[in-house]
Amino acid sequence: MNRFSWFNATSLTLGFAFLYLPMVILVIYSFNESKLVTVWAGFSTRWYGELLQNDAFLDAAWVTLRVAVFSSTLATVLGTMAAYVLVRAGRFPGRTLFSGMIYAPLVMPEVITGLSLLLLFIGIGLDRGILTIVLAHTTFSMCYVSVVVSSRLVSFDRSLEEAALDLGATPFDAFRLVTLPIIAPAVISGWLLAFTLSLDDLVIASFTSGPSSTTLPIKIFSAVRLGVSPEINALSTILIGIVTIGVITASLVSKRAVIRRQREEQAAFQT
Amino acid sequence: MNARRLILIAVPYMWLLALFLVPFLIVLKISLSDTALSIPPYTPTLDLSQGWEGLKAFWAELDFENFIFLTEDDLYWKAYLSSLKIAALSTCITLLVGYPIAYGMARADESWRPTLLMLVILPFWTSFLIRVYAWIGILSGEGYLNQFLMSLGIIGEPLTILNTNTAVYIGIVYTYLPFMILPIYATLEKMDDSLLEAAEDLGCSRISAFWLVTVPLSKSGIIAGCFLVFIPTIGEFVIPSLLGGSQTLMIGKVLWEEFFSNRDWPVASAVAVILLLILVIPIILFQRNEQKQREAEG
Repeated sequence: MNRFSWFNATSLTLGFAFLYLPMVILVIYSFNESKLVTVWAGFSTRWYGELLQNDAFLDAAWVTLRVAVFSSTLATVLGTMAAYVLVRAGRFPGRTLFSGMIYAPLVMPEVITGLSLLLLFIGIGLDRGILTIVLAHTTFSMCYVSVVVSSRLVSFDRSLEEAALDLGATPFDAFRLVTLPIIAPAVISGWLLAFTLSLDDLVIASFTSGPSSTTLPIKIFSAVRLGVSPEINALSTILIGIVTIGVITASLVSKRAVIRRQREEQAAFQT
Repeated sequence: MNARRLILIAVPYMWLLALFLVPFLIVLKISLSDTALSIPPYTPTLDLSQGWEGLKAFWAELDFENFIFLTEDDLYWKAYLSSLKIAALSTCITLLVGYPIAYGMARADESWRPTLLMLVILPFWTSFLIRVYAWIGILSGEGYLNQFLMSLGIIGEPLTILNTNTAVYIGIVYTYLPFMILPIYATLEKMDDSLLEAAEDLGCSRISAFWLVTVPLSKSGIIAGCFLVFIPTIGEFVIPSLLGGSQTLMIGKVLWEEFFSNRDWPVASAVAVILLLILVIPIILFQRNEQKQREAEG
């Protein structure tokens, strides 16, 4: 461990300070009394109160949440199916095109995805609203889900599935009772990924939303263009808080699951 | 082929065809259309409802006027070049900032590594928009950075950083840093320490052992990290529009303005088509690197 020198300690300290200081400053100044964001005038939760009074933000938050829940759930179903097709379905006509369409949206610039979907919706005469945002978000996040799930499916021992089939399970039962529980962690993290992607998205939502379906990122973006505001600081702090709690909880839960599995394995060996 | 398998393949396939491939073909089609002052603001030159006749008329009238327009107005090729330059330079800076962090993480005590890893991943889950927004307050004229530097007496006058290209570079390095750190850390963590000991036993100094052993072994991580920063940065919209100024030219922003402000759909579509053509090369190189890495791992 002699290789961990002062150099490494310095680069880690500076690196993590760079990653976290901007957000820490944002959180601290969200409790600033003053309307002038950069001048500290004492501790206050005033801006949180004003935020809760702001109907425009609350409406946008509600739209965003509904879009995220619908699109991530739909994306998880479609993405898991796509992963299954990629890993298990073998050869079929148009397979190369299929895997290309799974990977392309991951590297496609958001402005192009947004523009192309908007032109499609206008072309088929679909009014822009929550539905169009859900369709757009589902399309790009199902690709992320299928990448996450297929990496789990690749490392999965297929003989377990075959055993179930040999013992008389129907293919659907084998999937439901054997495969799904094993790939469940990947499916859940795929859903979480799709959910956050949908919550965060500004560009694609701007192209595909209508006047009555403004999402939170669109609202934040138009407010932020005018400069820093204490209300946005408060809103950011709430969002950062939710994410932090979520990520820490998820990592603790998965850590506990690993420890439990290790214990069970040890117990199984001892008997 | 049984019915269940057919449904399993058909549902995601149809979805992606309808909502990914077809929209892109529409962009291609509109990029070849003529600009018009109407709603929708273009005249299609391809009319499929007329069948073969429509297709023939399309071939007869096919011109690339929107693409020619892009080459004539120097705004566009300047925007493409400046996007490439900003993406390339910020990728280099991100590598210089990210490599020491990934190296420090891989050399840290093993019990610390999961926590450090989580600290790198956590910002990735936090809203991109908020992370960019955080810098506005820091970099603005009366912002925290200027207050801090002036209180130390380092500068007498506030620095102008916000709404310049410098702010754009800072924003890109900040938001894309985790994408650089993670693949490099993944390769460094797998590295066998005894290789460094062997190099030192054979008379290598620490610094030359780093350049001759560590860096070549982490090459695939460096390449992956660079592409993961470079590719999305080219089409970036949020960072240049929030942190950049009027002189910041990036093609994502140009496309956005062409569509929303000028309402010139054919030109916006042509901008998108060219942007994709530019991205094809780095994307193929990236895929190749990933494949090589997978093969090396067996």
